[in-house]
Amino acid sequence: MNAGAIRLENVTLGYERRPAVHHLTGVIGPADALAVCGPNGAGKSTLLKGLAGLLKPIGGRILREKLSLRDIAFLPQAAEIDLTFPIDLFDFVATGATRRIGFFGGMDRREEERVEAAIAAVGLEGFEDRQLGALSGGQTQRALFARLIVEDRRVILLDEPFGAIDASTIDDLVKILARWREERRTIVAVLHELELARRAFPQTLLLAREPIFWGSTREALSESRLGEASRMVEAFDREARECRRDETPHAA
Amino acid sequence: MLHELLIAPFADYEFMRRALVGALALAVSGSPLGVFLILRRMSLAGDALSHAILPGAALGYLVCGLSLPAMTLGGLAAGLAVAVVSSAAARFTALREDASLAAFYLVSLALGVALVSLKGSNIDLLHVLFGSALALDDETLIFLAAIASFTLFALAGFYRALALDTLDPVFARRVGPLGEAIPFAFLALVVLNLVAGFHALGTLMAVGVIMLPAASARLWTQDLTIALPLAAAVGAASSYFGLVASFRTGLPAGPVIILTAGGAYFLSLIFGRSGGVMRLRRPRRHLEG
Repeated sequence: MNAGAIRLENVTLGYERRPAVHHLTGVIGPADALAVCGPNGAGKSTLLKGLAGLLKPIGGRILREKLSLRDIAFLPQAAEIDLTFPIDLFDFVATGATRRIGFFGGMDRREEERVEAAIAAVGLEGFEDRQLGALSGGQTQRALFARLIVEDRRVILLDEPFGAIDASTIDDLVKILARWREERRTIVAVLHELELARRAFPQTLLLAREPIFWGSTREALSESRLGEASRMVEAFDREARECRRDETPHAA
Repeated sequence: MLHELLIAPFADYEFMRRALVGALALAVSGSPLGVFLILRRMSLAGDALSHAILPGAALGYLVCGLSLPAMTLGGLAAGLAVAVVSSAAARFTALREDASLAAFYLVSLALGVALVSLKGSNIDLLHVLFGSALALDDETLIFLAAIASFTLFALAGFYRALALDTLDPVFARRVGPLGEAIPFAFLALVVLNLVAGFHALGTLMAVGVIMLPAASARLWTQDLTIALPLAAAVGAASSYFGLVASFRTGLPAGPVIILTAGGAYFLSLIFGRSGGVMRLRRPRRHLEG
């Protein structure tokens, strides 16, 4: 399962002309595992939305080579899901099959087996009939991972997948990440847990609105670079003028 | 005795039979929409939209008098316009959706009442506000039946998309071909049913038969596949008993149907097995594990 590369060319992403990610250039290669780290407000979630195609760049380009938006799965921060909606775990995980069976097609035996296998892989066997709202935080995160497994996409984007869950759940989910890497899927994850980035992601992008460093995780997460990142993010400047960085001086 | 009470009004009078058919059609198609309005936390949006229909219907009335197609088209146009404009306003301005919807429907309602009074008598205004369930002609009945059938087929066809969009909108828009169209298609169905409802029940009452049975059903079950038919059943029963009560008391049919549905709602509030007062006050013993 070799995905194409995602190429970022001088990308600026933001809201109402305010850059949240400023002039980012780089390549997310096929089968890369990239951690995106940085302080709050650094533009990490914004970058993921841009990669997922939910937000259009206000400058530069995001090129998806031999990839379409259909090949990308995206797990946003948990708050965006209505956990009070009456649906049981099995049906919830089965919604991951929507891209294959559409809004009208039925689940065949093969799809049902996929769902069962995914539920087993995240350790939620026996909870199939449990209502989504009755699951604990860790179980909900496991269910979301199961849905990603059923989705079966070549590129997987994760926004803070390990926030507020316990160590044993994290261990189990990291095993799923390892399995995805063996299957040569591309993974991009926003992480605050630097130890996890060091453990499971060879590449790291350290972001503080401006890219601080993009390369090997060991180099990216050095004390000096982390300090640099935390100093970079400041409040929006109300008096900010138009950014001229892209303009080349006219030759006489 | 029971025959005399429950069947004779419909056996003896054609206008009662017509009213029953019309009210049943509205209840069966409207109340499942109400279930989704509640799940989407848009209960009051339905109410706002029902007011928004008024100026369009009034404009149709001004131009053509009490004409079904003119008032329907006008109402449909006004309802859809307010739905689109207020969600656009919420997206592109500082106001949230509830605030912009409230603003648009208030202006709409005032405009509608002003337009109706421009020409008509108070009797016409009463007709528009509270409907005329006991005076449904063939044309209107066929129209109500057509809208009810269309709504049920549409809801069946787009059930999974709508459920998914309610549960996880970001996901639904990412994986589905319908994308951003889902919430709008749903609102269009609601407007369609409100327009149908206002002929029988009036603009102010039409939303009652959508919301009250749905709110009642929600108090009995968590399961969507049960809540949808249950809401339709409560709506149908309210229509039937409301008409009987209206016939016996001589009170106008629209409000009595809604009052009957309101009665079902209060009973559900007290006795409902999924969130009713009795169940919450006297919970059963906790389980072993």
